Amino acid sequence: MALYSEKVMDHFRNPRNVGVIEDADGVGEVGNAKCGDIMKIYLKIDGGVISDVKFETFGCGSAIASSSMATELIKGKPVEQALELTNKAVAEALDGLPAHKLHCSVLAEEAIKAALKDYYDKNGIEYDAEKFRFADCAHCEK
Amino acid sequence: MEKMTIYADNAATTRTSEAAIKAMLPFMTEVYGNPSSLHSAGQRAKEALESARARVAAVLGCETREVYFTSGGSESDNQALISAARIGGRKGKKHIVSTAIEHHAVLHTLDALKKEGFEVTLVGVGENGIVTSGAIDAAIREDTCLVSVMYANNEIGTIQPIAEIGALCRARGVLFHTDAVQAVGQLHINVAEQNIDMLSLSAHKFHGPKGVGALYVKKGVPLTNVINGGAQERGKRAGTENLPAIAGMAAALEEAAANMDSNAAKARALRDRLIAGLSRIPHSALNGDAEKRLPGNVSFCFEGIEGESLLLLLDDAGICASSGSACTSGSLDPSHVILAIGRPHEIAHGSLRLTINAENTEEEIDYMIENVADVVARLRGMSPVWRKLMNGESSFVLA
Repeated sequence: MALYSEKVMDHFRNPRNVGVIEDADGVGEVGNAKCGDIMKIYLKIDGGVISDVKFETFGCGSAIASSSMATELIKGKPVEQALELTNKAVAEALDGLPAHKLHCSVLAEEAIKAALKDYYDKNGIEYDAEKFRFADCAHCEK
Repeated sequence: MEKMTIYADNAATTRTSEAAIKAMLPFMTEVYGNPSSLHSAGQRAKEALESARARVAAVLGCETREVYFTSGGSESDNQALISAARIGGRKGKKHIVSTAIEHHAVLHTLDALKKEGFEVTLVGVGENGIVTSGAIDAAIREDTCLVSVMYANNEIGTIQPIAEIGALCRARGVLFHTDAVQAVGQLHINVAEQNIDMLSLSAHKFHGPKGVGALYVKKGVPLTNVINGGAQERGKRAGTENLPAIAGMAAALEEAAANMDSNAAKARALRDRLIAGLSRIPHSALNGDAEKRLPGNVSFCFEGIEGESLLLLLDDAGICASSGSACTSGSLDPSHVILAIGRPHEIAHGSLRLTINAENTEEEIDYMIENVADVVARLRGMSPVWRKLMNGESSFVLA
């Protein structure tokens, strides 16, 4: 059996929404080059809806595929809905990830949340801080 | 360029040679007796076993009785280290010297010995990936029972000064083991001339079959069993001998030794062409010494990208390669070897190993250069790390 599902390989080989939004309304970057994964998400938000999203990722195949899938899952969605995106949903949409690669889907969820938080902060919108609790990376803390 | 299929992972394993396959077949068809059996079928197998042992010994420059067959490099490393530790332990010598770039078969065995109360000094290497005999000398203490230094590194291909270290250990009365898994069949070896007390080798690294190897042990050095049971291998390694594989190993080793110089010259020329081509990729660097490296080893770091995605895209282009990236090993840390030569974590994640041999062609080398350059550019194009470097928000590590 191959390491990755066909869906993962498709999103890795042909990643959707790669790039930068120069006048983004929210930008989020998570991960650490030391750990080998960095994801950066750019959001364009019009009337509370994510009208455009781009990503840049430094990382393995599943990190790139997770970013690509996560951007597809939130594109055109209201901000509130994007905020509910879970790593599980990203992994399921990719037809699963190997156990030791699940952290890539966690990073994708957190990158989107970080970008949304940036949007809220920039616009003075109040939010529930509980929704922006990111898992600590024990490895990076070392 | 038309798509090619290129196997460039010979440090992982090699294609089994025709000579090895031919040598193995009779021991699965006609001569299938157990070498421990007294009947004629068993004795024919026993003769073949001892013939293979003599042929392996001839290549290593040792006596036939000094060669023990094992399941491969890892088992040989385990038994060598454990045996030396037992010898040392009996004399109250519980210190072992090794290097920071050893294979896990050595490093993890040392970790196990540490739990038993042994002290281990892992000597570092220079930026060139080579340990100096002076640094080994400085690490040896009164209570040192073993020095274990690999002959050539599996990731970056650097060749260690084995003869110098052997002479030093002999002079200081310390046992010397070398993990020669990557060197056998590619580099000159004579255990007597090089003062090697124990040497590990693995057949599938020199076009022999998988699951078989050997441990050379200088006579007079008592081995400790790692596998207990029957009296095979002079009572030092139980289990019915894997005769087909052993016969294949002997044939492969003889063939590799006979063609070593011409194969090495061909591989070196291809290797240097590949190194020159990959060096043209901006912000890249060769890992390890450019000269003192295995004839077929090319190891690079590319700034701003991660190794696993590089391997996957190269595989799509038909190129089988390897990386020291954490993501390919299932661990969080990148290769301990790439870190040991001083590369920071973020650079070590972007490593690529291509290990070629004399059978590769210039056309294949050029195809690899073109495809690696394309794939590196493609991954950099989507890397936030690369963007920061290009914007001047962070500084390049690799020139």
